[in-house]
Amino acid sequence: MINGPVILGKNMTGFKMREMVTVGEKKLIGEIIAIDGDQGTVQVYEETEGLRRGEQIVSTGKPLSLKLGPGMIGNMFDGIQRPLKKIKEDHGSFIPEGIGLISLDEEKLWEVEFQVEEGDYVKQGQIFGTIQESPLITHRLLIPVGVEGKVTFRAVPGEYNINKVLLKILDLKGEEHEVKMYQEWPVRLQRPVAERLQIDKLLITGQRVLDIFFPIAKGGTAAIPGGFGTGKTMTQHQLAKWSDADIIVYVGCGERGNEMTEVLEDFPELIDPKSNRPIMERTVLIANTSNMPVAAREASIYTGITMAEYFRDMGYNVAIMADSTSRWAEALREISGRLEEMPAEEGYPAYLPSRLAQFYERAGYVKTLQGDTGSITVIGAVSPAGGDFSEPVTENTKRFVNVFLGLDRELAYSRHYPAINWLNSYSGYSEMIKRYYEKELGESIEDIRKKMLNLLFEESKLLEIVLLVGEDVLPDDQRLILEIARVLKIGFLQQNAFHKDDTYVPLRKQIDMLKTIELLYDRGLQSVKKGIPISVVRNIELYEDIIKMKYTITNDDIEKIQGLNARINEFYNQLESEYSA
Amino acid sequence: MKREYLKLDRVQGALIELSKVHSVGYGEIAQIEDRLGNSMVGRVIKIDGDNVVVQVFGPTMGISVDNTKVSFQGKAFEIPLSKKILGRTFNGIGDPIDGGGDIYSEKLYNINGRPINPVSREYPRNFIQTGISSIDGLTTLIRGQKLPIFSGAGLPHNELAAQIVRQAKIQSKDGDSNFSIVFAAIGVKHDEAFYFEDAFRKAGVQEKVVMYINYADDPIMERITAPKCALAAAEYLAYEENQHVLVIMTDITSYGEALREVSSLREEVPSRKGYPGYLYSDLASLYERAGMIHGINGSVTLIPILTMPNDDITHPIPDLTGYITEGQVVLERSLDQKGIYPPINVLPSLSRLMKDGIGEGFTREDHPEVSNQLFSSYSKVQEVRALAQIVGEEDLSEKDKYYMKFGDAFEGRFVTQSLNENRDIEDTLDLAWELLKILPREELDRLNPELIAKYMG
Repeated sequence: MINGPVILGKNMTGFKMREMVTVGEKKLIGEIIAIDGDQGTVQVYEETEGLRRGEQIVSTGKPLSLKLGPGMIGNMFDGIQRPLKKIKEDHGSFIPEGIGLISLDEEKLWEVEFQVEEGDYVKQGQIFGTIQESPLITHRLLIPVGVEGKVTFRAVPGEYNINKVLLKILDLKGEEHEVKMYQEWPVRLQRPVAERLQIDKLLITGQRVLDIFFPIAKGGTAAIPGGFGTGKTMTQHQLAKWSDADIIVYVGCGERGNEMTEVLEDFPELIDPKSNRPIMERTVLIANTSNMPVAAREASIYTGITMAEYFRDMGYNVAIMADSTSRWAEALREISGRLEEMPAEEGYPAYLPSRLAQFYERAGYVKTLQGDTGSITVIGAVSPAGGDFSEPVTENTKRFVNVFLGLDRELAYSRHYPAINWLNSYSGYSEMIKRYYEKELGESIEDIRKKMLNLLFEESKLLEIVLLVGEDVLPDDQRLILEIARVLKIGFLQQNAFHKDDTYVPLRKQIDMLKTIELLYDRGLQSVKKGIPISVVRNIELYEDIIKMKYTITNDDIEKIQGLNARINEFYNQLESEYSA
Repeated sequence: MKREYLKLDRVQGALIELSKVHSVGYGEIAQIEDRLGNSMVGRVIKIDGDNVVVQVFGPTMGISVDNTKVSFQGKAFEIPLSKKILGRTFNGIGDPIDGGGDIYSEKLYNINGRPINPVSREYPRNFIQTGISSIDGLTTLIRGQKLPIFSGAGLPHNELAAQIVRQAKIQSKDGDSNFSIVFAAIGVKHDEAFYFEDAFRKAGVQEKVVMYINYADDPIMERITAPKCALAAAEYLAYEENQHVLVIMTDITSYGEALREVSSLREEVPSRKGYPGYLYSDLASLYERAGMIHGINGSVTLIPILTMPNDDITHPIPDLTGYITEGQVVLERSLDQKGIYPPINVLPSLSRLMKDGIGEGFTREDHPEVSNQLFSSYSKVQEVRALAQIVGEEDLSEKDKYYMKFGDAFEGRFVTQSLNENRDIEDTLDLAWELLKILPREELDRLNPELIAKYMG
């Protein structure tokens, strides 16, 4: 049977579940997803048009695997790790079917340095050598999982391609293992770690609404749901650009081709504030755009997370952005439908929640096999149908992530970006990383964070009243809340991704800005309580200058905020003395 | 020799099923001839053992299970394309219907095309001036973009599309000979198709237009192929003939409904509102064919038009479209009722590519901030209007009254323009500044003080 990306083959008793196969004369890549008697069901990762009944399905003997080794950083792959640049060189601007299985560059030479000698006893996950993969990333070569023993051969340090045997290891059973620069790993299997550790570090993103109000932790999980046009991809791009992970794996799953092109054009030119190197030198891109074969979309998420795990095992902090997990869920639904499985909610298969859980649980802050620490932070975009957060993908994702950043259409319409709705978003990490702020900033942010969030909640209630009766009838202290909330929204929560200083803001400046707004509120409230009318308390010029401080105070000149604080105090001191006189 | 099969197992709607078929490829084209000798074209959509399901383009009336000849062509759905297609009109499966001769070409093109490698794409950055303020100023169209018009039944989307065709400067600066227009009509009324033909003629571009027309009373199956033929033609013109191609498609809702019809005939598991689970992928396979490619001077800019059933933007077709396209221009019934043309509601409208194609070096330095300010102020207008409904306009605060005034001026002068009014981008931006003067200076929080000083004096 041939039905889109799903085909059914006969006489397949020798095949194994989840085995990789090639289909037909064009040798399309596929994976066995069900076996029933001598019938095997294959999910094909390429266009099946032109495939005929009676063509052969050939076993490869191994599950769908990646080659993990040097050559991934700065590169763009399709959903099953085929390099798109190479496909372009060989096949032109359009992607044909039957490209075959290619992955890492096998010709490129890498300069290898070793950390083990012949005669050493090595264990799985141990670092045995290094390669400078990009100026930013040292690729640590790991002893493959399951290999342990004495090094009987070691190549001399020098330049090799990835197929060179670097080590030979004799294990206790007397079996010899050859270790190359790369290792193969099945995408659907989690890579092992020594143990999971408690999450306690902030993933600094330089985005005020995140770092202060809804923090994401290193090793944590976050979901960004939002209808179309609310800025999911923008937010993901901002995180990929500025978050302080060592390595970014960006999975464009069923999204627009131009978005991936934008990343390819922008990232080599953007400079990472930490290392002063182009951020492309720490980025791996995986692209299965919406018009590329749907089955490979299902695989792309696993390809991404497996790569992330490999870098984590080297001791890196990795962040993976999946944009969008809804397209992945839809790929599941499409394949499930073609298999004529019984659907659960909205046609999605009943195993949707468990698949989502499996994916998000591959995040974590861990001790690696070699004893170092590493982490994977998973940030998944969700594209709910009709922008309705009660649909199955959003609902189920919510159960497995700790940070929920709901994007809001109304905010996006008024061009309030990032359009993260503070009323329905939450972060489960603010408690866990409390100590982190105290260490980094020398002070707790708990009180001010709660105070400002309360102010925003208060504002939303007041706005409902205002809609009914107008602003003028509110008492002055409530009008002050509205005014301060406006400053907070425009001056703090809105962040301009296209402004050189505002696109990334250091933690110190974030908290100082917030404290200035707090001071403005406290002093204003004090004056209002003394009976000074709101029209004078709200000094237009002072308020505007505070709103604009994100632009006027540059990131390397944070001290200037103190000048603003002095102005606030001076203004209200004078105001109060005028009125008491 | 081609085998001919003379017995069908089942005929249902546009699907026919036959068994004991030897070698046949998925997606292969079938030739079907009924007992009177009428011939039709079909496409293999499922192979199950020696059982084959063929989707027939054209009416299946008169087909019986006996005496119907089916033969398989051994190739996918391909159409001949050459420069001769310009100025011609075809039906939904690429056959000429204008009385002219057939198109002969050495090369045949698969109507499904192939995905553009993201590495080969060139990020679109060139502004296309449409002469319509609300589009140029606030939802700027970029060459190589896919920007749909979300409309409703009875709204003037055709007029707007025709105006864009008339006014849009798609051609590059070095000459105007290298642009063309591909028009795909999917399930449209005869008079609508006629309106467009007439509009192209009036714009003097009929020699540059290729039309693929599936009328509302034409076979449903051809609705699915019409846009694909059109896009194959557009890709051919753009990437082989180096033309800047503007593709207009109407109505995508009919396309989605045709897909649903086939899906239900095939007894597939439905997802939202009965549409098949692959609606997203299928729409993407159309829209993603827009774009630009490195090293090629041509481009495909796509303006699909869709009517939102019941004006509901969360309906699956507009919803999924919005997730794939690079923004949307939304028409609003209440504006139309106020007599505003074009009735573009700018708030839900968006152009995702405008951020990289406007500002200094593209349009004018003040463009990004001005558009931001207009959006922000106009969204405030909505709040103030809601309040005015309750408390009455007289009881509004001074500031809110300015907003009311601004809102009316924005709709009446900025959005409104006549069918033949072609505004330069400079005029659009100057007009925006004039309107912003209505508001108190401190309300202009999205504008840089230097810009305010320069443009407001």
